[in-house]
Amino acid sequence: MTDEPLFRVTSLSKYYGSRVGCEDITFDLWPGEVLAVVGESGSGKTTLLNCMSTRLMPTSGTAAYRMRDGTWRDLYRMSEAERRFLMRTDWGFVHQNPADGLRMTVSAGANVGERLMAVGDRHYGNIRSTAIDWLGRVEIGEDRIDDQPRAFSGGMRQRLQIARNLVTGPRLVFMDEPTGGLDVSVQARLLDLLRGLVTDLGLAAIVVTHDLAVARLLSQRMMVMKDGRVVETGLTDRVLDDPRAPYTQLLVSSILQV
Amino acid sequence: MYVAVKGGDAAISNAHQLLADRRRGDRSVPALRLDQIVEQLALGVDRVMAEGSLYDRELAALAIAQARGDMIEAIFLVRAYRTTLPRFGYTLPIDTAAMQVERRVSATYKDLPGGQLLGPTFDYTHRLLDPEIATGTPVAEPERREAEAGWMPRVSEILAHEGLIESDGELPEDHVTGDLTREPVEFPLERDLRLQALSRGDEGFLLALAYSTQRGYGRSHPFVGEVRIGEVEVEIDVPELPFAVPLGRIRVTECQMVNQFKGSAKVPPQFTRGYGLVFGQSERKAMAMSLCDRALRAREFGEDVVAPAQDEEFVISHSDNVQATGFVEHLKLPHYVDFQAELGLVRGMRAEHEARKRGDDQETREAAE
Amino acid sequence: MNIQATDIATYNFAYLDEQTKRMIRRAILKGIAIPGYQVPFASREMPMPYGWGTGGVQVTASIIGPDDILKVIDQGADDTTNAVSIRAFFKKVADVAVTTETEKATIIQTRHRIPEAPLHAGQVLVYQVPIPEPLRFLEPRETETRKMHALEEYGLMHVKLYEDIARHGHIATTYAYPVKVEGRYVMDPSPTPKFDNPKMNMSPALQLFGAGREKRIYAVPPFTKVVSLDFEDHPFEIQKFDQPCALCGAEQVYLDEVILDDKGGHMFVCSDTDHCEKRREDGHRGHMAPENESRASPSSSAGPSPRKDGEEEAPTLTPPSPRPLRGEGKGEGQHQTFEKSREAE
Repeated sequence: MTDEPLFRVTSLSKYYGSRVGCEDITFDLWPGEVLAVVGESGSGKTTLLNCMSTRLMPTSGTAAYRMRDGTWRDLYRMSEAERRFLMRTDWGFVHQNPADGLRMTVSAGANVGERLMAVGDRHYGNIRSTAIDWLGRVEIGEDRIDDQPRAFSGGMRQRLQIARNLVTGPRLVFMDEPTGGLDVSVQARLLDLLRGLVTDLGLAAIVVTHDLAVARLLSQRMMVMKDGRVVETGLTDRVLDDPRAPYTQLLVSSILQV
Repeated sequence: MYVAVKGGDAAISNAHQLLADRRRGDRSVPALRLDQIVEQLALGVDRVMAEGSLYDRELAALAIAQARGDMIEAIFLVRAYRTTLPRFGYTLPIDTAAMQVERRVSATYKDLPGGQLLGPTFDYTHRLLDPEIATGTPVAEPERREAEAGWMPRVSEILAHEGLIESDGELPEDHVTGDLTREPVEFPLERDLRLQALSRGDEGFLLALAYSTQRGYGRSHPFVGEVRIGEVEVEIDVPELPFAVPLGRIRVTECQMVNQFKGSAKVPPQFTRGYGLVFGQSERKAMAMSLCDRALRAREFGEDVVAPAQDEEFVISHSDNVQATGFVEHLKLPHYVDFQAELGLVRGMRAEHEARKRGDDQETREAAE
Repeated sequence: MNIQATDIATYNFAYLDEQTKRMIRRAILKGIAIPGYQVPFASREMPMPYGWGTGGVQVTASIIGPDDILKVIDQGADDTTNAVSIRAFFKKVADVAVTTETEKATIIQTRHRIPEAPLHAGQVLVYQVPIPEPLRFLEPRETETRKMHALEEYGLMHVKLYEDIARHGHIATTYAYPVKVEGRYVMDPSPTPKFDNPKMNMSPALQLFGAGREKRIYAVPPFTKVVSLDFEDHPFEIQKFDQPCALCGAEQVYLDEVILDDKGGHMFVCSDTDHCEKRREDGHRGHMAPENESRASPSSSAGPSPRKDGEEEAPTLTPPSPRPLRGEGKGEGQHQTFEKSREAE
């Protein structure tokens, strides 16, 4: 790959009044790398995710992204137009609840095609065949292309949301508990699919989850958060097999022993 | 050069003649005089002034007569006149603490400085139809007392001494109070514009929204801090003079709703307020307005916006009955050009549907053979 | 209380006060400067209801001068009741000359149509607009739609067209068909049939749009590009009628369907009454035109000339039918067919 990171977070902090959302977060993300951010609810992982994806402005610190032309841009100094453009082309965001990331009242085909149309694709036939191709890649049959996601199961909706995000060939995808709220068997299939897509496409991803199994399956590196701060970071296998911070030890022992 | 056009002209003028005839009704019955409407249908006149945003009893009475008693039509007439009037300036804020109070009730205190005053209210009347009104039986003069000069503190000020209620709030130095009849409205609104919109909003619409908050759609735990009705002085600054010049007196109804608030990270627990002020005497409108005002402050207090009454764009965009009645009623204007386009489309799609069905039948037959 | 009926209420010339006219003219100028951009303005209450042309009336009232000649149409016709009413309003409050002839008018206020006769430089076409926001039915929030315009995020607009094609095989929007103005703003052309969209493109006339209830003014300056949204493989197409006007024989014009009886009999006639009359004055005849039609000028030599008062007797209290029916038509089985873009697939 390249010898430069894709995404660089430096001393990022977010306070809600005097309460800490997240504090002094620093890390680099490399192209094609999947980073899991793990913690209990209230640990600040969602605040961090929202700051990184510019849905929330941090109190201090920076987040920089290397654009396709190689230039580094500070996310918080970009205009809203530039940010929104980045978000619908080079980035993806997979919500825990698919209804937050899909248009529930338009067809699956249009859900996938919307980002193409937003960047100026004006050929119906091409848009449709790309949509069919992507539906196939997330294991949704071509015959469902004109159905609305309302008629889909939870797992299908989540796969549709993934297709909708990946259709423009993004380089970085944010995922917020992507398997939350799904049955265990459906979760396994979705994780399998995600792992395949991430590898095939060489995607970089930041996955926020409370589920250590998701972190183990998807990520190469993980970051453990508690009370808004990072308590441990390292290669996923290392952190899970040989946790060093007392909190991580507690987390691993309490969850993985099942 | 004037070119007469066909059809419509005569039809419209005949229709209007008939309307005038129906408005007047049976000629053997004396015509209503405006002073009769002003004196005897005073609350109707007040509503037309309030929602017409023009304090002028005679004009409101004229509008009611001309509209055959249709209140929204009367409000419309007043608005359409008001909007043509040039502005000479803006009066100073009225001081409701200096009101010549005719009625004043508080639900939060049994007794309070200035006392409770029932005044001319329908409250505690038994709603029995009174035949004496039909026969014109003379009505006795009411009990009167000396007007108390001066100042009657508002309940909000009494609570404010203990810091129990939010203060009026400070506006930025450079804030100029908006005028929604002169400037285009852009969401989200500042509270001044929002209150203006509510004050001229449809009484029925605001009443229904206020009611919905009481039934759980955006609940705000309200208490009537106080409702007061009476006359206040209206004053204006004149550049050449060192003092404000009184223009006259107007009657208004003011409601201060006191609402629970748990406090936030920045603000200690205290009561918050919803505010209502309307021309004339209308407690229902002032109270509904104050409930809606409080509901619309949800975002300011970090409350979840989950109910229609809390949704500013929804409430303010649909509260104006002159706008609403126009757009609903415009559906009776001809739309046949668009309907023709839709007819063509539906016919075309039906033809395609038929063709597809025939094609399918053909296939089925062929498959069966 | 002693009220003089005469001085209780008076109104300014052309109804609006001069302050208001200046405010509206500023909004119009801004609209012209940014073609297709919706300029918020402090719309006034007008003496006709919101939704009945208050935006158009305010625009017209602000630009009209004593030398102007005004034409008002509704559904393409000068004789529909609302057109008559608005024309009468300006006659009363501004005492301007009015006409039904497209050619002679300096200001044409319209609801739902663009005249068939080409407009020329110096003319102003004022549209009455009910819902100015083309994104409104995709996104109800004003705060969000304004942002979408500002950032040129129009993907959603094509999602709607995509859905049409997926469901029906062709774009199923027939009126208020969205356009892009000068390559920047997506604009609602008001509920005109899409048939009229091409007339907006590079028009020599100034086009002004007024939405009173929604408090927006927008404009298309003369010789501005106005392009209807579409897909490369599903290009924009206008309605076509498979028969000419039954009265004047015109082709390539927009037609109204007139119901002749309760057994499905109908005929198609020009929606633009002035255009139809002109053609008949010039001797054109459709298959259902009566031989000695009173409305055509007795001798075609007179050419287009102002008609006199009272030439046409009005029906009484009912609104006039879209067109006096004098022909004995059957017209069975003939109707408009819709252009099927599906065959392109």
